[in-house]
This record gives sequence, structure tokens and C-alpha cells, in this order.
Amino acid sequence: MLTPELGLIVWTTIAFGVLFFVLTKYAWKPILNSVNERESSIKGALEEAEKARLEMENLQADNERILKEARAERESMLKEAREMKNKMITDAKDEAQKEASKMIEQAQAAIESEKKAAMAELKSHVAGLAVDIAEKVVRDELTNKDKQMQLVESMLGDAKLN
Amino acid sequence: MQINTFKLLFLSLFLALSFSGFATENKDAEGGDEELNIAEMILHHVSDNHSFHILDWDGHPVSVPLPVILWTNEGLVTFMSSEFHHDEDGKVVVEKKGQKLTYYHGKIYYANDSADASGKYVSVDEEGHATNARMLDLSVTKNVFSMLMSMIVLMLIFIGSARAYKKSENNIPRGIARFTEPLILFVKNDIAIPNIGEKKHKKFLPYLLTIFFFIWINNIFGLIPFFPFSANLSGNIAFTFALACLTFIITTLNGNKDYWKHIFWMPGVPVPMKLFLAPIELIGVFTKPIALFIRLFANITAGHIVILALISLIFVFRNMYGDVAGYAVSPVSVAFVVFISLIEILVVAIQAYIFTILSALYFGMATAEHDDH
Repeated sequence: MLTPELGLIVWTTIAFGVLFFVLTKYAWKPILNSVNERESSIKGALEEAEKARLEMENLQADNERILKEARAERESMLKEAREMKNKMITDAKDEAQKEASKMIEQAQAAIESEKKAAMAELKSHVAGLAVDIAEKVVRDELTNKDKQMQLVESMLGDAKLN
Repeated sequence: MQINTFKLLFLSLFLALSFSGFATENKDAEGGDEELNIAEMILHHVSDNHSFHILDWDGHPVSVPLPVILWTNEGLVTFMSSEFHHDEDGKVVVEKKGQKLTYYHGKIYYANDSADASGKYVSVDEEGHATNARMLDLSVTKNVFSMLMSMIVLMLIFIGSARAYKKSENNIPRGIARFTEPLILFVKNDIAIPNIGEKKHKKFLPYLLTIFFFIWINNIFGLIPFFPFSANLSGNIAFTFALACLTFIITTLNGNKDYWKHIFWMPGVPVPMKLFLAPIELIGVFTKPIALFIRLFANITAGHIVILALISLIFVFRNMYGDVAGYAVSPVSVAFVVFISLIEILVVAIQAYIFTILSALYFGMATAEHDDH
């Protein structure tokens, strides 16, 4: 039992040799190639996924940035609009003020001229009226000689005083 | 380690029992009753044979004859082992090319011209070994038959696996490859790469894969207790010797400058130490493969012996204490056999693994580059 049989050694060597070459050619190499190919394809897929993840992250960061920018822009636009509005209001107010004061001035001028005209008219009217009254009074007075004399007298007295 | 301790315990226990059986047999032989020689039966079962014994039917052995191929003094001689008519005691002589051949205890010898008193055509020394001359025996014995069968099975399994990859898309394993791929990757990732290194393992991987599966499948075949399995091939010292020699040759041929330098002129130690270490290292070169083949041989043979001894326990008890004792012991014996067989299933895988990982380790040592010195 403890002495190796030469025949079995020869057979084992032959059998192992044949098995080694056949399996290496038709089993180990194709199988290991398949496994390696698969491993590399899995590795590639993982790398790709990582790349896609990074890209996604970049994209998200971009989105965030764009959003922020848009928000800032909106803010500034609103601010501008508010300023514009305020300016417009003040401008309009000034304009209106000016216009109003101008109109008031015109109105005052018109009133003044109207007043003058009215005064003038009133004066002429009053003058006519006075003349009329005076005429009537005079006519009435002159019918009486004494009174005529009296009037002349008083008028002369006034004239003297002047 | 624990398994080995277990085994040793059982082995010693049952060797003791088989000796008591031996004694019983002598007693029975005197009574002319039945013959029972456990030790001989077990040794017969774990040794190689020129015919494949299946069972005994009605007192006659039923066995498959195997081709005998001999390179004799007169050239090549071939015939079927059935020509010996089941005789294993050198009592039958076959004449080929003018040469008388006889079969004695599993080996073929040149027969003596005449039989001795017990009818044997061989001369036997005190230890029971035949002293007759032998020829180069290249017969397909039980072990060779088992080996050829395992070759065919391995080729079917692994060429089938390789085909399974071709059929599938994206190199996804299908069918049998689903089972074999983890094993192949285990050899690659857990045996080859850690011991040899990422860079150089590719060169040795086919060898390691072949040797791992070759040993493992033959270990498993040895465990299956009926025809056409049950041959103790991987527990045969010639088989393990041949495989260990291959590992040794590959290690030696691939040894780089550093490897030889570490053997003959160990760097980093003083000169007297270098001189002292060189012979030790040189012996180590040879003891490594020797340990490799003895380990596998001893483990597998021990497993076979333990199981056979446990089964023999039934017959030992019957012979010692009668039929009732034999029946009473049989459930216990069978339970032990099942238990040991389960352990053996582990052991045969572990032994294949150890042989492969040690081979890988030696290849790694032979090809290692010592940049750190």
C-alpha cells in the first residue's frame, strides 16, 4: 500500500496531462474569458453610472444656480419697477402741481381781468346812472329859481374851497 | 485539525476492534465455521485491483473484468483480467507469449514453474509479500478505470459550463455554469490570487483549477460506496505522488533568481548562518511535495478505513457474541458510518483545497519578487 505503483503513476500523469490540456483549451480559457469580460463590463457600467451621477449633480447645481439667478433678476426687476413707479408718481405729482398752479394763476389773471372789466362796466353803469339821477335832480331843481341859486352858491362855495 | 484528531481516535478504536475480530476469526477458523479477517478485507478494499468487484452473489464474486496491459520481457501483452478467474492468491497461471503470469494480492507476477504446497505459483516471504519478478504493469486497474471515468465527467461538466456561457447573453452563467462558476472563482480569487499575486496567477490558474477539481471529484467518487465508484484512487500513494511531482516540477521550473537565492544563500543573515540554512532549505524543497502527497494519501485512505471498520463492526460483534449482537450493533454502526461520511464529505473538499492552496503557495514562493530586501 505504501509503495507507489509505476503503472498508476504513468496513468495519472497521462490522464492529468490530457485533462489539463483539454480543460485549459475548452473550459478554463473560455470560462475565465467570459468571467473577465463580464467583470470588465460590470466595471464599465458602474463607472458609467458614476459618471452619470456626477453629471446629474452638475446639472442639479446648474439648475440651482439658474434658479437663484432668476430669482435675483426678478427681485431686481421688481425693485426697478417700484422705483420707476415711485418716480412716475412723483413726476406726475410735480407736473400736476405745476399745471395746477399755472391754471390757478391763469384763473386768477382771468378773474382779475374779469373783475377789472366788471369794475369798468360797473363804473360806466354807475356813471350813467349818476348822470341820469343828476339830470333828473337837476331838472327837478331847476324848476325852482331859488334852489337853482342856492345850488350854484354851494357849488361855488365848494369850488372855492378847492 | 479537529477532524484529524477525531479520525485518529476512531481509527485507533477500530483498529483495536479489528484486531479482536482477527482473534475471533482464528477461533472460528479452528471451529471451521466462518472466516473473518477485517484487516485483510479493509486493505483489499483500499488497494488497487485488476478487476472491479461489485458484490458477492450466492458465494460467487461478481466483478467487471478490466483490461490487463503488460510490458513484459517478450514485449506487449494484453488480455482481460477475467482470465485469472477471480483468483488473487497466485493459484491461476495465464500463459502469454511463452511466459507464465499469475495474480497475487492485486499484482501480476511472473509465475514459478510449479505450485508450492498450498497451490501458489509465487514465492512468498515472511511478511506475505511475493518475491517473484514483475513487469511494467500499465493495466487499466480499478483506479485507472475510476480516473478515466472522472476525466470524462470533468470534461462533460466543464466543457458544458463553457458552452453555457456561449449560449447566454452578456456572459451570464446559465445551467451548470451557475454551479461551477462560484467554484472556479473560488479557486481564482481565494487560492490563486492571494498566494501567487494578481500579476502572475494567470499562468498557474489552469493547473490549479485542473488539480483542484481532479482531486475533488476523485475524492467524491471514492466516497460513493458502489460500482462504478468506490475506488480509492485519491487515497493511492501513486496517484498523489504523481500529482505532487507535477507541482514540484512546476515549482522548480518557475523558480526565479530570488527563490534559489533564498535556498542557497539566504539574504540578510550572517555567512555562517547562510551555510547552516542552505542544506535545510534544500531539504525543504523536497519535503514540501513529499508532505503534499503523504497528506492527501493518508487523509483519504484513513477515511476509507474508518468507514470500512465501522461497517465491519457489525460482523465483528456477530462473530464474537452471536447474531443478536450483530443486529443490535448494526444501527449504531450505520449511524456512525453516516456521521463519518458527512465529515468525509467535508474532508474530501478540504483535502482538495489544501493540495491546491499549497501548490499555489509553492508557486507563489517560486515566483515572488522580493523588493523589500
